[in-house]
Amino acid sequence: MATPVKVYGPPLSTAVSRVLVCLLEKDVPFQLVPVSMAKMEHKKPDYIKMQPFGQVPAFQDDDITLFESRAICRYIAEKYPNKGTMSLFGTNPLVKASMDQWLEAESQSFIPPSSVLAFQIVFAPRMKLKQDEALIKQNEAKLVKVLDVYENRLGSSQYLAGDEFTLADLSHLPNTQFLVEKTNRAELFTSRKNVSRWWSEISTRPAWKKVVEMQNA
Amino acid sequence: MTVKVYGFVGSNATYRVMASLYEKNVDFELVTVNMAAWEHKRPRFLARNPFGQVPAFEDGDVSLFESRAITQYVARKYAGKGTELIMKDPIQMAIQTVWMEVENQKFDRASWKLTEIAMHRVRGGPELVAEYEKKLSDVLDVYEARLTENKYLAGDSFTLADLHHLPNINFLMETRVRRLFEARPHVRAWVADITSRPAWVKVMSLSPW
Repeated sequence: MATPVKVYGPPLSTAVSRVLVCLLEKDVPFQLVPVSMAKMEHKKPDYIKMQPFGQVPAFQDDDITLFESRAICRYIAEKYPNKGTMSLFGTNPLVKASMDQWLEAESQSFIPPSSVLAFQIVFAPRMKLKQDEALIKQNEAKLVKVLDVYENRLGSSQYLAGDEFTLADLSHLPNTQFLVEKTNRAELFTSRKNVSRWWSEISTRPAWKKVVEMQNA
Repeated sequence: MTVKVYGFVGSNATYRVMASLYEKNVDFELVTVNMAAWEHKRPRFLARNPFGQVPAFEDGDVSLFESRAITQYVARKYAGKGTELIMKDPIQMAIQTVWMEVENQKFDRASWKLTEIAMHRVRGGPELVAEYEKKLSDVLDVYEARLTENKYLAGDSFTLADLHHLPNINFLMETRVRRLFEARPHVRAWVADITSRPAWVKVMSLSPW
């Protein structure tokens, strides 16, 4: 029997949680190895060997060491096609292409403004940094445009890539969870009928609920 | 049925797609989108890319947007034709995917901002330039180490992991930012190698500059 795969990093990290939810969706047993950011463990030579940018997560199984959460998710989804949620990686070339398209949209259009908002609204005050109101306004405006596109898409499609839940939807879970649960900007999502329906469906999946439990532990 | 790329000469993202099609020897038609007339924000184009950005792509019944999704589709559909742009072995492909993500999440963020500043599309004083040059330098340090061990980012052969870099690298090599690439010997050699590929030279031959 293969040893459980290893994921390095704290579950609160959005990138780490992206990998954890993927492993849980695929029923792949894993061991979560803590990395103390406070003790700068992620910048130590042993860790840098796995992840040359000194960031979390890193991933190891019997065959390979990997980094970048979306690359790890693709590897897991491809390696275990018949385990757990089988639709995760797209069941045919057309769905796969659509999944890639919406994963790119996530990276290029959704992540930048949602990350800035998460940082400015939640972390800046915690770190005693002055919030940049102009930056908040600018990024909220950007995110609104993106969510308008999603609202339209999800009006004619159950999930982003098509009828089934794929990595394209999964990838949105961490940042959206943060904005909906930890900021006062939840209405950006909940005021949009289709986005709200989609968020409700994907965030109540057992795998994501488990990850949230791990984050709150 | 002709493959169509909706974009324009001068668009980095359009070039990214064209490079992949030339590498695969796939004939296509470049349909110019009239940005000055805001064609990209009109309903007909928004039906192709709801974000109102170029490029968009059409291959028979398949309609796609996002340049890096298009290149992956082209690489898979036309496997066996022209240059192999994705690794066949799953382990090697996993490694390729890591470096494709690095380009997307790290290299593009830093290099695109510097490109926008150089194009005067974004206001950027010396402080902003210095900030993003530092980000790019940190990424290129990792590349230098990687390319000391491997000829290309994914391993022994040229793949999408390298190709995706071409448009931004090409632009920045015409600016002061070139010194960041040239200061690192393996990065410099890799840049010289990938920018001299016939498919890329063909893309550049269309450029008005």
